[in-house]
Amino acid sequence: MKFNDAVFGLILLVLGALVLAVVRSYPGIPGQQVGPALFPGLIAIGLCICGFMLLVKGWRERHAAPWMRLGGWTASPRHVLAAALVIGAVLFYIFASERLGFLPTAAISLLALMLAMRVRPGRAVLIALIASLLIHAAFYKLLRVPLPWGVLTPIAW
Amino acid sequence: MSAALLQAFSMVFEPYTILVMVLASLYGLFVGAVPGLSATMAVALLVPVTFFMPPIPAIAAMVTATAMAIFSGDIPGCLLRIPGTPASAAYTDEAFAMTRKGMAETALGAGLVFSAVGGLFGTVVLIVAAPALADFALNFSSFEYFWLVLLGLTCAVFITSDRPLKGMVTLLLGLLVACVGLGNPAGFPRFTFGNAEMTGGIGMIPMMIGMFAVSEVIRFAVDTLPPGEIVVEKVGRVLSGQWALAKKYPVQILRGSVLGTAVGALPGAGADIAAWMSYAMSKKFSKEPEKFGTGHVEGIVESGSANNSALAGAWIPALVFGIPGDSITAIVIGVLYMKNLNPGPTLFTTNPQNIYAVFMLFIIANIIMVPLGILCIKVAKRILRVPRNVLMPLILLFCIVGSFAINNSLFDVGVMLVAGIVAYLLEENGFPIAPAILGVVLGGMLEENFITSMIKSGGNLAGFVSRPIAASLAAVVVLVWLAPLLRKLWVRGRRTASSTAA
Repeated sequence: MKFNDAVFGLILLVLGALVLAVVRSYPGIPGQQVGPALFPGLIAIGLCICGFMLLVKGWRERHAAPWMRLGGWTASPRHVLAAALVIGAVLFYIFASERLGFLPTAAISLLALMLAMRVRPGRAVLIALIASLLIHAAFYKLLRVPLPWGVLTPIAW
Repeated sequence: MSAALLQAFSMVFEPYTILVMVLASLYGLFVGAVPGLSATMAVALLVPVTFFMPPIPAIAAMVTATAMAIFSGDIPGCLLRIPGTPASAAYTDEAFAMTRKGMAETALGAGLVFSAVGGLFGTVVLIVAAPALADFALNFSSFEYFWLVLLGLTCAVFITSDRPLKGMVTLLLGLLVACVGLGNPAGFPRFTFGNAEMTGGIGMIPMMIGMFAVSEVIRFAVDTLPPGEIVVEKVGRVLSGQWALAKKYPVQILRGSVLGTAVGALPGAGADIAAWMSYAMSKKFSKEPEKFGTGHVEGIVESGSANNSALAGAWIPALVFGIPGDSITAIVIGVLYMKNLNPGPTLFTTNPQNIYAVFMLFIIANIIMVPLGILCIKVAKRILRVPRNVLMPLILLFCIVGSFAINNSLFDVGVMLVAGIVAYLLEENGFPIAPAILGVVLGGMLEENFITSMIKSGGNLAGFVSRPIAASLAAVVVLVWLAPLLRKLWVRGRRTASSTAA
């Protein structure tokens, strides 16, 4: 997904302005000229300058570089699904793992991703189950990372 | 000194460390050989595991895995014309052309042997230069450190990227991320939006896992190109003929190693830039430049040694000043801090045994690379057949668990996801990622030294150039800043001169 540089320029200008607005409320340190606002303030000014330069550059090139150019994958439902699932799997983990538990969350995510990436169904199920168990064993047992059990709490091992 | 050396020896040759090294080697060889997985990604994914190890095995794992991955990136480059890691991209076409001529063994062997030679050369420079530099750096005050950090960041933007403006943007974004949280000289919570998790700052490790691994998974998911075909059927004796090559191209090997180490030591530039520069140099000075691109081994010999020597080179500024030479050492610095091995000149005086151990690890890693590399080449066909559509979902799960494992926090998993998406979008649009990483790693150090210096000099900016070393560093920074402008003026001057002559 490619954007014209002007789009990035605009985003950076807004970001820089927002940062400048936020740091204005930061307190000074008594007896010192430099406070917590100085450094982020300088960065924000830099962002505004770079943003402006990108804006100008993108505007000049607007005939050669369209505002937005979608990649070839956006026309292929399979690839769109795969990309959405990559992001969706992480979100699913963040929101469901505590309640559902690591093992079901991981197995479901893996299965969905592999199916979207065209792994044969039988193979995908097998790999999703084994890999979830192996990663769980490695991190939970060996490295003692407290992965949640969720619905499997009664049979936690 | 000898006591420290002995201690280092016992730390390195402990069975646990050796086991870690062997496993990390196999892991590094595998990750490097699978196209689409980079050496940086190998290290980023290793961090959550090294988190649970003592310091020396943790460093051992990272050193060996990267050395192996940079070499094994040559394998798919040679056999499939897809570089396994960006560091092999410079000579992928050359190596593939050799494969088509039936010389895959020579190409892979040259990659392996001269990777090890280059790696050892870089290590020797690291061993000699780092302690001397550290000695020198002990006299540095916040003024010198401020300029040094600024020089590192400047190099990352102006020297190593062909788009300074875009590099500047990612650098500033990285610096901004480093501002988040309580970790600033004033101890004031910045950009936390009242969120308790944000007061601790944005976790560097989840961010790097996101930027280097999740972004690759996204890239694979949207990749519509068909997979490459393996050309070679059988790879036999990779070592035969290498001695002859070494005798034929000694200058090239030395030049590649020297350039690689130097480029590696430059903040922001890593093995991939070293390989590109050195390949170009090899062609420029070659006696038979017309053979380049047709399956000629000379460039592979030179840039193969350059990319591995860059790895050791990158550790010089990392260990001495805490300034990473490339994105891998940027991650390593994060791990060193977690292990209480704060990089800097005092590391050499207070914990010399750790430094010696690091040196030994480098030597061992580059030596065991040869037998393990041969093994890897032999089973290359199998590794290359590992389906990536199975691998990528597994890597994503690994990223999630790894990010979670650092602080047992789901917030970090979110950081990883956002970093991954942002890195993917930025790279798609020609923004280099390395300056962003350097910004995050060095932002705190830059601000701290800046504020300390401001307080010391009573707000007088002249104080920043009142010490000789600080003033020289400042001059270099200004020169690098002006370099693009000077180059433009020079080109324009030459153009006018040639047009008047005509």
